[in-house]
Amino acid sequence: MSLKRIFKLYRTMEMEDIILSFNGIVTADFLASVLHLMETKMQSLDETSKRKKKVFNVLVECIQNLYHHIDDDISLQGKTKKEPRTALIMVVKNEQGFLIQTGNYIERELALELEERLIKINSLDKEQLRDYYQSVLCNGTVSDKGTAGLGMIDIARKSGNKLEYEFLDIDENHCFFSLNVKID
Amino acid sequence: MENILREGSAKTPAVNFDSASGVLELKGRSIPENSVEFYKPLNDWIENYGANPKDKTIVDIKLEYFNTSSSKCILDLFKKLESLKTKGAEVLVNWYYEEDDEDMEEAGEDYQAIIKLPFNMIEVEEI
Repeated sequence: MSLKRIFKLYRTMEMEDIILSFNGIVTADFLASVLHLMETKMQSLDETSKRKKKVFNVLVECIQNLYHHIDDDISLQGKTKKEPRTALIMVVKNEQGFLIQTGNYIERELALELEERLIKINSLDKEQLRDYYQSVLCNGTVSDKGTAGLGMIDIARKSGNKLEYEFLDIDENHCFFSLNVKID
Repeated sequence: MENILREGSAKTPAVNFDSASGVLELKGRSIPENSVEFYKPLNDWIENYGANPKDKTIVDIKLEYFNTSSSKCILDLFKKLESLKTKGAEVLVNWYYEEDDEDMEEAGEDYQAIIKLPFNMIEVEEI
C-alpha cells in the first residue's frame, strides 16, 4: 500500500466512525483478544451498561458465528485464497448507536441456506422471534462444534432491528456475505 | 460426593456446586466457543447428585451474559434439575439479572417457559 493510501484509509475509518476493525484469521485466541480489546474500549465510552452489554453480546455471537462457520479453505476462481478462515469485523459508533459489521467469503450452497434463515428471522416481530428462539432451543440439537442454530436469532433479538445483509456473487461457487447489525 | 468449585475466567463462569448445602451457583459470563466441554462435568455432577439429593436444592444463576452455545447447555442443566423432582426433591431457581438488563431478564423468562421448575426473578444493582 502506498503511503498516501494509509492516510486515505485512516480518513475513511475516521469518517465512517469505525472504532474497531480487524481483517484476518478468526481463531479462538483472536476471539479472546478482540473481546478484551473491545471491553477496554467500551469502558472508556460514555455508555449505559445495558448498551455496552448488548454490543458485547452481539459481537461475541457474530465472531463465534464466523469462527464456527467460516470455511477452512476457499478456492476462488480456481485460486486458493492466501489466508483461509479470514473475515472482516468492524464496530462503528455513531450518533444513532452502534453497528457491528462483518464480511466473509461463503460457499454458495451455504449462502442459500443462510439467506433462507435470515429472510425468516427478518419476517418475525419481537414476540415471534422469542417463540422461534424458544422452539429452536427446545428442539434443536447441538453440533460437534457446540453450535445450536441460535446465533442469528439471538443477534436479531438483541439488536431489536432487522438484520441487514448482502450476498455478492464472486464466482460460480462463492459469495461474499456482508452483515450489518444495528444497536440503537 | 465432591463439590465443584471453579473460578471464573474471561469466557467461563465461576461454579460452586455444594452437595452438602444443596446450593448450586453459576456466576459471571459464559461465552466459550464450545460450551459442551465446559458444561458436561456440571451435568454429570448433577446426575450423581440426583442419586441422593437434598430435600431442597437452590440454584443461583448469576450470569452477566451468555452465548447461544451456552444457552443449550444451560437448558440441559435445568432439565437434569427438573428430573430431581421425580425423587420428591424440591428445586428452586433464583435467576439474577442486573437492573435494566431486559436481555437477561427475558433469557430467564425463556427458561421459565420451557422448564417446569419455580423461578424467582431477582433484579439486582450489580451481579
